[in-house]
Amino acid sequence: MIKTFKIGGVHPAENKLSAEKAIEVLALPKSVFIPVGQHIGAPAEAVVQKGDQVKAGQLIARSSGFVSANIHSSVSGTVKKIDIGPDTSGYPKKGVYIDVEDDIWDEQIDRSSEVKTEISLDSAAILAKIQDAGIVGLGGATFPTHVKLVPPKGMKAEVLLINGVECEPYLTSDHRMMLEHGAELVVGVQLLMKALNVTRAAIGIENNKPDAIEKMKDLLAGQNTISVMPLQVKYPQGGEKQLIKAVTGREVPSGALPISVGVVVTNIATTFAVYEAVQKNKPLFERIVTVTGKSVQNPSNFKVRIGTAISQLIEAAGGLPENCGKIINGGPMMGKAVANIEIPVTKGTSGILMMPEKEAKRRAVMPCIRCSRCVSVCPMGLEPFLLMTVSEKQIWETAENERIMDCIECGSCSYTCPANRPLLDYIRLGKGKVGALIRTRKQ
Amino acid sequence: MSTIIIYTILTLSMIGILSAIILYFVAQKFKVYEDPRIDRVEATLPGANCGGCGYAGCRAFADVCVSRGELANLFCPVGGNDCMSSVAGILGIETTKQDPKVAVVRCNGTCEYRPKTNIYDGTMSCAIASSLYAGDTGCQYGCLGCGDCEVSCEFDALHMNPLTGLPEIDDEKCIACGACVKACPKTLIEMRKKAPKDRKIYVSCRNMDKGAVARKSCSVACIGCGLCQKECKYDAITIASNLAFIDSDKCKLCRKCVSVCPTNAIIELNFPPRKIVAAEIKPETSEN
Repeated sequence: MIKTFKIGGVHPAENKLSAEKAIEVLALPKSVFIPVGQHIGAPAEAVVQKGDQVKAGQLIARSSGFVSANIHSSVSGTVKKIDIGPDTSGYPKKGVYIDVEDDIWDEQIDRSSEVKTEISLDSAAILAKIQDAGIVGLGGATFPTHVKLVPPKGMKAEVLLINGVECEPYLTSDHRMMLEHGAELVVGVQLLMKALNVTRAAIGIENNKPDAIEKMKDLLAGQNTISVMPLQVKYPQGGEKQLIKAVTGREVPSGALPISVGVVVTNIATTFAVYEAVQKNKPLFERIVTVTGKSVQNPSNFKVRIGTAISQLIEAAGGLPENCGKIINGGPMMGKAVANIEIPVTKGTSGILMMPEKEAKRRAVMPCIRCSRCVSVCPMGLEPFLLMTVSEKQIWETAENERIMDCIECGSCSYTCPANRPLLDYIRLGKGKVGALIRTRKQ
Repeated sequence: MSTIIIYTILTLSMIGILSAIILYFVAQKFKVYEDPRIDRVEATLPGANCGGCGYAGCRAFADVCVSRGELANLFCPVGGNDCMSSVAGILGIETTKQDPKVAVVRCNGTCEYRPKTNIYDGTMSCAIASSLYAGDTGCQYGCLGCGDCEVSCEFDALHMNPLTGLPEIDDEKCIACGACVKACPKTLIEMRKKAPKDRKIYVSCRNMDKGAVARKSCSVACIGCGLCQKECKYDAITIASNLAFIDSDKCKLCRKCVSVCPTNAIIELNFPPRKIVAAEIKPETSEN
């Protein structure tokens, strides 16, 4: 039987419209805006000044703490200014504006397409390279990878899990990555295993991507350290805790990190970035972005320089469809609607989705009918209807006791609610409040 | 037959008397002393249980008043000075009078002045909207218009105006409990000193962007130019992070700042029409 996680989950229409489209390199933009805070943790500090000449791959903002990441220029050209710019949230964020001139890369970077399989570095050196390259979790959470790869004292990693699930509907960037860069990914996995000092690794792939499963199996034939694990299609299998449960059967305790059960999870795109950083000396300044939507003329997977405005991606995919009602940064389940199409692609941008007006509209909210569907689909075993009510009534103590902080914000509850209740909206609000309360209590 | 009835009555009475005796001693043993003044203070309080004093209802407030024995920093906004002086009377102490206050909304970004840049169709709650993004206009500091303040008002004093999309306060009904101040995620509502005849002068903006940026998103935004500060003789106006603020304790309601403001961000309310006023207003301002 094909494995999956046990509690909850939903199965939204997959709509992987761009699954057959090979990765295209997007034309260089005329100018880029690279925010200095593209990751969880402290924003990086800019190290360039107005008027400086930069090359692609050059460090432009240095990590400002342990949980932080370096930012590199994605293009060559002149620094126009360091100022605030647009962001998905609507709140302006600080970043570096660069006018693009030519396409000169840093001399250190190996630009050949040849796959370099030989691993010459030791664990510490690999970690240092990952940290220098500013690699963060590219699945969307953007947690700095070098922090994840150093287990806290007293804990030891046993298994490395590679997340090739891509359970979000519409998104296909990881799928294409496995098909087109499988060999590099294998090296990436070996590098991560060496960095973590583990002997076993598994790649979890949902079985709606049989070609990717076959490709990875072919590449990994004849060795028994890395296995490919086909998984049943179910959302949110790409969630760290759900993937661990599905592949290893281990359950991460409430409030604990995956490392507490000896597992470290990284995403496919992150693994590829690790390969490029270690073997090719290439910092993270490009990523694959799926641009898609039902009425989009040409749904595609683009290789994009960080800092490119999303308007350019939309243009390249055939322009904004007439009936477009909402543009989402990310997938339809967890992505955020954007208020401005001049926002830049950042390290965490996995897709740009254009929803037709009819589908994008929220339906009228009706009273809860106590059908308990939200409870049965919650992958964390929570009671969303209760959490929503206590958040609405601002009873933060109960919210905390009902484990509101365990919510992974997958949106399965809101998706499944027959009364269209905004469950996740209120839970997210409660999480923010309870999180703030916990932080003040700790101080 | 009658003996059974008599025995029954006797037995039950005995049980009753015995229990009463036990209960009497138990009550003595576990007696909790409560100051009788708490009840009297609570009786003088309005009983709105609004939490405007900062405590969980009138009983809790009365408890604090009595246990502290002084009324510094304790004030019931609903009852006002009269209520507080009778509380002071019960406690046998003096209290200082506080100026009555009134809530003021510091955003004038109507659809006309502050065009919408996107449509928000999510849950009608300012708390949720602000947790998701900056808002449906170019101004990240302005009113979101979902009406959390209206819901929070227990006194029917605050209503959303459907034409402007902004809340409006009924000065007659507002008792300055401060519930709306807490409800607004953008901290737009401020408690200001109530002036005679409900006259008000305030900067109706919270935009802390640089002037050009602020002006671009809203035509009546404060651009922090400082003209009002120069004009003010009473040092009532301060400018911080590109935003002017008029201190209601220092303001003498002379209205000079209103006329110099290039963006009309300073609002005057409940004043008689200009020119005639210049002579008339003087005696009143001296009272303040």
